[in-house]
Amino acid sequence: MEKVAIIGVGIEGFRPAIRELSYKEMVYKAAVKAYTDAKVNPREEVDTFISCEEDFSMGISIADEYAPDQLGAAQRTVHTITGDGIQGMAAAYMQIATGMFDIAVVESQSRVSDMLTPNQIQHFALDPIYARQFDATHHSIAGLEKRIYQSTYNIEEEAFAEVAVKNYNNAILNPYAAYGMKATRSDVLETDMVASPLREGEIAEHADGAVIVVMASEKVVKEKDVDPVWIKGISYATNSPNLETREWKTAKYAKLCANKAYKMAGITDPAGQIDFFEIDDTYAYKELQHLEGLGIFKEGEAAKALMNGQLARNGDTPVNVSGGVMGMGNAHDANGLQRIVEVVEQLRGIAGRRQLNDVKTGLAFSWRGVPTTAGALAILSKE
Amino acid sequence: MNVRGTKLSHDEFMNQVLSVDHYPEIKYAWATGIAISKFLEGLKEGKIYGVKCDDCNRVVCPPRMFCEECFSPMVEYVELPDTGTVNTFSLAYIRTDASRRKDPEIPAVIDIDGTTISPSGFLHLLDESIPHDQIKVGMKVKAVWKPPEERKGDITDIMYFTKMEEEA
Repeated sequence: MEKVAIIGVGIEGFRPAIRELSYKEMVYKAAVKAYTDAKVNPREEVDTFISCEEDFSMGISIADEYAPDQLGAAQRTVHTITGDGIQGMAAAYMQIATGMFDIAVVESQSRVSDMLTPNQIQHFALDPIYARQFDATHHSIAGLEKRIYQSTYNIEEEAFAEVAVKNYNNAILNPYAAYGMKATRSDVLETDMVASPLREGEIAEHADGAVIVVMASEKVVKEKDVDPVWIKGISYATNSPNLETREWKTAKYAKLCANKAYKMAGITDPAGQIDFFEIDDTYAYKELQHLEGLGIFKEGEAAKALMNGQLARNGDTPVNVSGGVMGMGNAHDANGLQRIVEVVEQLRGIAGRRQLNDVKTGLAFSWRGVPTTAGALAILSKE
Repeated sequence: MNVRGTKLSHDEFMNQVLSVDHYPEIKYAWATGIAISKFLEGLKEGKIYGVKCDDCNRVVCPPRMFCEECFSPMVEYVELPDTGTVNTFSLAYIRTDASRRKDPEIPAVIDIDGTTISPSGFLHLLDESIPHDQIKVGMKVKAVWKPPEERKGDITDIMYFTKMEEEA
């Protein structure tokens, strides 16, 4: 099977709101950067384009019809996945693996600032017949989940605050991050309760931005003078969409993703073989729950590692050196590619003051947010 | 037409089968960005702007920040006349709420004069007072603007396009 690499990334944002550009202009700016990085002319060399977006997020029925121009994809092969950018990368991977496509482009973006009623739009994802009738926000779904996770494993509140503190502070060194800040645990613990036991300071704020990833076959990598990062494993999975039948305590979808991607990448000891992690932390508890789902720690034990400093930039298991979703801003379907950009920059050794020493393999994991139980995972390596 | 089947009354549809209603409040405010903002601000001043691509030399309207053909940035805005040609049109008898109009609205795609490709213009309306049998593809038309004080930087600052008198 063809080996597949990332040969270019481009990012515009992330900022709390990008109002001076239209969504098309925002994507264009990110695309120009990605094509420059990949040394690719989109009008001639790209074989397949994949945009990842939702109609309701864009405010346009059949929004994918408007995706091509700003990617350089007018009148070329384009399709849209209504999902996270890493799901789009999985589709691109499969297309290249067939041998019929050499260069693929994956795009995802967030324009939450174009939505006047983002909470309503997210609430609209609940089952219309028997789950949407109550007025509690979608964050209450996360409150339900945090409570069972916290009480099952007896995790102190300080640990959740520490996830937020670590990630807000990590984001200070990330020029792509919208919410870098010097925060303390008491800052987080003093924020208002949104859906007990979940506080405002544990919830990632929205951000606007776009990410474009250029992927290519090994043949292209050999022909071009590019800096490749290889995709060793990639997968996506969903647990139950129903609130009444899902597994609440653990992130089962993370485990399902990990089982597939580790097998593909030949990973038997993830904590030992993977050097750093970019993991969804849309809610602070999710970072811990996801690390356990991915088998990096046993169930209920990620909090201890965090409190011992193991997940810090200089710890044994750095998690969300980018600032994560909390620090970079919740970009919804672009959250996965946000994670990918950090893994790529770290592996290429161009992460500036965030640069980790001697990293060869990194993992990016995204979650599609409440009320979903959908995850996507990619394992990237310089080798 | 019986082939369309049996119509259900509103009462039959809504009340005789159990259903759950939901009327979401979903609202957007799309930032118009650099190029379309230039276009909309032009409309407020009674001007139609296009943009020229320095690489492929096309002049297109409405303007965009980049050329979708050669992917170059486009920065050279040009003022175009408020005249054009009907590319295609339709007589629309049904409103978006499904009610029927006696006198149709006339949506048309107008190719704006001064652009270098066809189609290059926008969807707008034709003057409803033009006799329907006189409306033709290829008809020359001119914008009819709202008074300046009523314009707000919106495509409706042009009320409609009307037929230009044939030059003698």
